[in-house]
Amino acid sequence: MDVMPKWAEVVLVPLISLILAALISALVILGIGEDPIAAVELMVTGALGSTYGWGYTLYYATNFLFTGLAVSVAFHAGLFNIGGEGQAMLGGLGVALACLLIPWPHWTLALLGASLAAALFGAAWAAIPAFLQAKRGSHIVITTIMFNFIGAAVLNYVLVNVMRPAGSMDPATARFPEAVHLPTLHDILGVVGISFSRAAPANITFLIAIVACFLVWLLLWRTWLGYEIRSYGKSEPAAKYAGISPVAITMIAMLISGALAGLMAINNVMGEAERLVLNAVEGAGFIGIAVALMGRSHPFGVFLAALLFGFLYQGGAELALWTSIPRELIVVIQALVILFTGALDNMVRMPLEKLFLLLKRKEA
Amino acid sequence: MDFLTLIQLLDSTVRLATPLLLACLAGLFSERAGIFDIGLEGKMLAAAFFSAAVAAITGSVWLGLAAGIASSIALSLLHGVASITFRGNQLISGVAINFLAAGLTVLIAQDWFQQGGRTPSLMGGGRFEPITLPFADALASVPVLGPIYAELISGHSFLVYLAFAAVPLTWWVLFRTRFGLRLRAVGENPAAVDTAGVSVVALRYAAVLICGVLCGIAGAYLSTALQAGFVKDMSAGRGFIALAALIFAKWRPWYALWATLLFGLFGALETRPDVIQAVIGMKVQGQLLGALPYIMTVIILAGFVGKAVPPRAGGEPYVKER
Amino acid sequence: MADNAPAIELKGISKAFGPVQANKDISISVMPGTIHGIIGENGAGKSTLMSILYGFYKADRGEIFISGRKTEIPDSQAAISAGIGMVFQHFKLVENFTVLENIILGAEDGGLLRPSLAKARKTLVELEQEYGLNVDPDAVIQDLGVGMQQRVEILKALYRQADILILDEPTGVLTPAEADQLFRILGRLREEGKTIILITHKLREIMEATDTVSVMRRGEMTATVKTHQTSPAELAELMVGRKVLLRVDKKPATTGDVVLDIKGLRVVDDQKVERLKGIDLQVRAGEILGIAGVAGNGQSELLEVLGGYEKATGSITLNGQPLDLTGKGSDGRTRRQRGIGHVPEDRQREGLIMDFSAWENTAFGYHRAPGYQNGVLMDNSAIREDTAAKMQRFDVRPPNPSLAAKSFSGGNQQKIVLAREIERNPDLLLVGQPTRGVDIGAIEFIHQQIVALRDQGKAILLVSVELEEILALADRVAVMFDGVIMGERMSDQTDEKELGLLMAGVAA
Repeated sequence: MDVMPKWAEVVLVPLISLILAALISALVILGIGEDPIAAVELMVTGALGSTYGWGYTLYYATNFLFTGLAVSVAFHAGLFNIGGEGQAMLGGLGVALACLLIPWPHWTLALLGASLAAALFGAAWAAIPAFLQAKRGSHIVITTIMFNFIGAAVLNYVLVNVMRPAGSMDPATARFPEAVHLPTLHDILGVVGISFSRAAPANITFLIAIVACFLVWLLLWRTWLGYEIRSYGKSEPAAKYAGISPVAITMIAMLISGALAGLMAINNVMGEAERLVLNAVEGAGFIGIAVALMGRSHPFGVFLAALLFGFLYQGGAELALWTSIPRELIVVIQALVILFTGALDNMVRMPLEKLFLLLKRKEA
Repeated sequence: MDFLTLIQLLDSTVRLATPLLLACLAGLFSERAGIFDIGLEGKMLAAAFFSAAVAAITGSVWLGLAAGIASSIALSLLHGVASITFRGNQLISGVAINFLAAGLTVLIAQDWFQQGGRTPSLMGGGRFEPITLPFADALASVPVLGPIYAELISGHSFLVYLAFAAVPLTWWVLFRTRFGLRLRAVGENPAAVDTAGVSVVALRYAAVLICGVLCGIAGAYLSTALQAGFVKDMSAGRGFIALAALIFAKWRPWYALWATLLFGLFGALETRPDVIQAVIGMKVQGQLLGALPYIMTVIILAGFVGKAVPPRAGGEPYVKER
Repeated sequence: MADNAPAIELKGISKAFGPVQANKDISISVMPGTIHGIIGENGAGKSTLMSILYGFYKADRGEIFISGRKTEIPDSQAAISAGIGMVFQHFKLVENFTVLENIILGAEDGGLLRPSLAKARKTLVELEQEYGLNVDPDAVIQDLGVGMQQRVEILKALYRQADILILDEPTGVLTPAEADQLFRILGRLREEGKTIILITHKLREIMEATDTVSVMRRGEMTATVKTHQTSPAELAELMVGRKVLLRVDKKPATTGDVVLDIKGLRVVDDQKVERLKGIDLQVRAGEILGIAGVAGNGQSELLEVLGGYEKATGSITLNGQPLDLTGKGSDGRTRRQRGIGHVPEDRQREGLIMDFSAWENTAFGYHRAPGYQNGVLMDNSAIREDTAAKMQRFDVRPPNPSLAAKSFSGGNQQKIVLAREIERNPDLLLVGQPTRGVDIGAIEFIHQQIVALRDQGKAILLVSVELEEILALADRVAVMFDGVIMGERMSDQTDEKELGLLMAGVAA
């Protein structure tokens, strides 16, 4: 029986969780002897007070959109993909190979080719855990964790031993050629006469991420494939009864998830660094978990959550720059968001359900 | 490879296996009781920081150890509240705890010591010193057995011996005591325990607490014995290797010992590429050795080499059915 | 304390689960040394009441007296110390523990296992001799059959020196012969002065085994009577609140060609256990074939094979054309395209996605069928309209396609499934436990719909563990036991007794 009205489920529960996470974060800031209100003010100015700040906020948000969508699609199939980190790493490898090996005549074609490579590599890295889950019943959480480490080792090997330009000490690939450089928001908005910071890394990938949001929504709620994914995620025995193949859906959902995580590399590798470095993903794969949880695995929710985390990331960087609060504050906030919107969901939900039950009884 | 190199290699295997073993046994208690714990890493990290920090401030490694254990227990309790009391998703809770520890340790380290997220280097009483076992020096000259005793068995810190002693102890508790019977039962079928008049919640909290204590010791070992102080992210994935070892060991204490020793050996070999080359006549990439525990675990999980069957009620919050 | 105090007395027990009132102001008293039956339909609140007595749930209101003494039972530990033991419908055993380990769990002597196990072994031998409950103490539970597992549960209670033993639907998984054996054991326990509460929905068991009986309906206690002073008809009426029509109104069947032809069907499960051991069956157009049997004798596997989600060997033809049993065509979608509708045994686990709306559930299994999709997209508005029409025709209440399946009552959930499957006009309809957990009003409607489909000349395969339902609905009955068909009878030429023997594996 539904005890809570839908609006409470969709808005109230996540909102209360978020407020709790914010309160504890404030206590943490107080605990290390800083002023939370001043910190928030600094974060807001740093992340949203200039087009430079916005440029970084949107750049981070783009990463989190992709990884958040990746985790969400897997969630809908009842799968917990913790491997977004590794899949995004491999996506970066795909992008680097596509950009360095093929002489692209124009960035549009390069974007297409690199996107394909990023998605393929990301999907490939999700494929083995997916297959092992579907066919052998190996727990996908554990295998995707293992694949994050294996992926890091692969990348390390490739960057140190294979793709490092001769004479370079840096474990990184060569710079990508000029032709594959993606237009930044500065370039794009300049066309319509809006001036936007030249230095900020936000680029055309942000728009692609928004399109990806829409496509994921379309997939999940308008196609029969999405219907099958959601059905399987809700009940495996029912899915079997309805003629939905658990093996096929596990594979497809994880491949889509891996591809989405891999696509993040368009933003950070091709759009920003313009070469592949060792720690390109910087934990964005894990932030995808927080984003998906907070966004209730709905593309619109993911969009909002990714923006919030983009803000936190840029704001956090500003804090680290101007105060003695280290960047790791963001990691703490991220942990608290995962904790309250994910693991402690019932802590918020149970009292609310009781409250609504009481209200209902009173009406009756 | 000469005998002395082998001894050295095994010696560092033991040192590297110790934190893995402690964390693996920690996970064993928790998962045998039906609580999955991917937050071993975070608990170790928190304990590593707090033991180093308190040891640095007080100069006493024992106070450091206590602080490490206390911090690990605190995170364990958080995991318990989320996954036992509020029946939340155990995996998500574990993820959150890992991040919480990764962030808080640096934050607090910076606040307390202003050294870029480290603690000051520990000296003297702030560290666990190697213990020389009786007659180690006298027997060192005995051929073969002498060096094994003096170099390999003797000369480790207290926590190493504690970790190895924890293996038979864990086995005994699990399979020879009432508590162990109930613990295993609650991981297999909590309803059976509940209807037998035993509190599922209390048992699971007990398991999670033991897990916290062992993770705390593992973390303290990292910063006060293996190394001399805390640096950012110093657990470096050991919690996950311990998790891998736990699966590899099929949730059994003795197997856990062998699995962690094996993974410790990989770690030891990573620093000695020359030894591998000398033995198998081929260069092996360090990255491969580093990834080997994970690869092997995936293979085990795939069920190609003996299937690892986790405790049946693992990961599922206990809800009385309607 | 007076000797003639009741062993158990419950006063004014009430319990709600969220918005559902499971027990309403229930009072009952049971004298020592008697077998007291509690009868009622599924969902009447019997199990909830007994779980409260056993401390598994906490009552919202009410008092419990044991041997005349007011007793608080906040948890199972308290129930056990008050001398109460309970055998749940779903056994509470640790599958990979031995019998002995299961028996001592929670009732160990001291912190070490060895002495506890030794003592339990001795006590077990005594108990076995006293009550004729033979079980190998070192057997691992998962290797034992259900009958044996039930004995372990009874021994568990006796080991804890229970004077009061509650059994919840103990015969659901037993053959009639095993059930008889169980009742003999219960008889011996009564002679020893134990008090027994037997929860069941089977009138026959109440009449044969109990001294007194209480009837529950929709969370309330409607009557408590002496068994020898009542009749099955009276109990049935008390259970459902009005006279029950045991016979379904139907014309004699006019059968046509063979629609379903099964030959030599075998199923081996994941544990390499043979579940179906060579089944031969035919169903003709315009007839209902009922499959009777104790749950777990292969009926579910038969439905799963026909429904396309269990692999099998042998041959099945539908209207003369073979069905693919192992390859690409052995899935639910292909089966539906071939004209097989399927109302599954467990609608909440298989037939519906409880969180999905009624309209999403109406598309379930047919989500790629013509009319419901165009290319890769689903035609959601068409599905909604269709659902609204179906809900109208099948009288689903409330008739709101956007409501989640979990918000409907059991009967209305079943109607949603039935509407979905019947209105596709299948050549063969598979129906499993059509009225399990369905209120009496809906039962009649559901039975009528099934008969109406038969009268349109469709073939129907009905699986039910309720013999009464089989006899009322089916034209022909096949009895399954241990993966084989024990025999077939015309339903108007057989009775419960004959079928019961077949169900027990006794060839007639």
